[in-house]
Amino acid sequence: MIIPPDLRYTKEHEWVRLADGPSAGSGQAIGTVGITDYAQDQLGDIVYVSLPEAGKQLTQLAVFGEIESVKAVSELYSPVTGKVVEPNQALTDSPELINESPYEQGWLMKVRLADESEIHKLLTAEQYSDYIEREGE
Amino acid sequence: MTTAERSKANPKTADFGASLTFDLSRPGRRGVLLPEPDVPQAELPEPRFLRSDLELPELSQNQVVRYFLGLSRLNYGVDTGFYPLGSCTMKYNPRVNEDVGRLPGFTLVHPLQPQATIQGALAVLHQLQSALAAITGMDSIGLAPAAGAQGELCGILMIKTYLEERGESDRRRKVLIPDSAHGTNPATAAMCGFEVVTIPSDRVGNTDMAALESALDDGVAAMMLTLPSTLGLFDPNIERIAETLHRHGALLYGDGANQNAFLGRARFGDLGFDVVHLNLHKTFSTPHGGGGPGAGPVCVKAKLAPYLPAPVVEADGDTYRLATPERSIGKTTAFHGSFGVLVRALTYIRSLGAEGLRAVSENAVINANYVLARLRGAYHLPYDHPCMHEVVFSGSRQRAKGVKTLDIAKRLIDYGFHPPTIYFPLIVDEALMVEPTESEGKEALDAFCEAMLAIAREAKEEPELVRGAPYQAPLRRLDEATAARRPYLRWRAPAQGESA
Repeated sequence: MIIPPDLRYTKEHEWVRLADGPSAGSGQAIGTVGITDYAQDQLGDIVYVSLPEAGKQLTQLAVFGEIESVKAVSELYSPVTGKVVEPNQALTDSPELINESPYEQGWLMKVRLADESEIHKLLTAEQYSDYIEREGE
Repeated sequence: MTTAERSKANPKTADFGASLTFDLSRPGRRGVLLPEPDVPQAELPEPRFLRSDLELPELSQNQVVRYFLGLSRLNYGVDTGFYPLGSCTMKYNPRVNEDVGRLPGFTLVHPLQPQATIQGALAVLHQLQSALAAITGMDSIGLAPAAGAQGELCGILMIKTYLEERGESDRRRKVLIPDSAHGTNPATAAMCGFEVVTIPSDRVGNTDMAALESALDDGVAAMMLTLPSTLGLFDPNIERIAETLHRHGALLYGDGANQNAFLGRARFGDLGFDVVHLNLHKTFSTPHGGGGPGAGPVCVKAKLAPYLPAPVVEADGDTYRLATPERSIGKTTAFHGSFGVLVRALTYIRSLGAEGLRAVSENAVINANYVLARLRGAYHLPYDHPCMHEVVFSGSRQRAKGVKTLDIAKRLIDYGFHPPTIYFPLIVDEALMVEPTESEGKEALDAFCEAMLAIAREAKEEPELVRGAPYQAPLRRLDEATAARRPYLRWRAPAQGESA
């Protein structure tokens, strides 16, 4: 199971990646959000994802969308508070990108963070790894 | 037989599904010969109503008969074999139901006839209302809802209207739903405008009482509870749950989909439920599946009776009449609901009688526990105690070897069985939900268990074999993901030279 060390994770199996660069720390940080390799493996073949439009306000750990696999429909929880900058349009025609590439091409949305310090409330890669190990028991 | 040999599709049926009546069509072929008209020809309607672009298939009569009979022979139903589809109660439908349902007195009446001329049909509905009231321990019954989900919608709309009239609807905005619930429960609550609050199950699979207590405040409208739960467990705290909800002014909604488990043993009304829906096509053996008509009567305590969907049947001595309850939520179906289904359900109830109905639940529970006992060594049993009418295994041990629950289900088709429900309830990883119903004898249960045990061995020794199943079905493994991602919503004739 791939769990990149540089991301932060929710217990609901979403990840967020902060872009490095001049905007970091300026209140303008952009985060990319997706679901984890473990989540896509548990869900099975993903057939549809419902994402918010650009401009939509998000609250940390509140539902922002839905993801449907051949097994079930599940809710998506935002790792951060902020505003949607861009949903991943490619997923409309190719939801399988989430299965094939959950951390790269299968990203769900980019978000302008309201409060970067919220990141510290999320799990580190190591904590997430321990969490899914316990959940699997 | 090697895996490679097995992997060849069944030759008898290999080309089925590939051809449509459109593919068999030849210009000018006709299935019927219409006589010359012996009345003056009417004017054709306006040209805009006439379409020439439909390209309807042109076939001879025997082609049509053979085509559809061929397809029907590929059907698998409870009349052809064991059908342990958990939560769906695919029990055998006794033929006496059909004998009665097809009586001309029932099939030839018209819903717009004067009520004085359909007293017999109304008497049947009234008797069914009384029988369901006696079975559920509820005060009043509405037979109109056409399916379980519609019964749910009626039940929650009635609760909403009741709260509105009490002036409590502005603050009671939440509906509590266990994490093991049928998906229709949260969908119903959301459709009625309520906020859904999920209540976790405790370690043994019942309602987590501490979580329930902490979720309860005066903002809760109701809790929707399936009894026994989708894990096949009868919540021993049910009376305490009802009492706790009522103490906070909230109502208890019962999802009666699993009524088969305790028919004649306990009653929703006595346990503290305020409203419950039944699925006649499950518990009361009316035809089921294929999208055919169902019936989901809604059964209520007296305080909710004024809101029942219309119509209900009232009796005045020997005279029956259709009535609209005074503050009815309205009509949910055309006319009187699925009348033919209601006749069959009453036939089932009357032919079994009270003792027969008690025997139904007894045998349903014994059968499920027999399957539990035979398979618990081979499949993980996450909630390991005696079950009610269905048992939920987890394919987690097989999954660790690379064989998913979906693979096990597909492999069962090769052994001649309809697969059980899979991946539900959602709180069980790799769930396999088996509901044998009371209809099966020991031989059928043993044959199914032997197949499940053989598949567990195959998963260990020959996982590739299970992953490639089915081999004996008309079609091999279907690509469900592509079917959902890029569905063909409309048939189109292939262009010249292109294969279909």
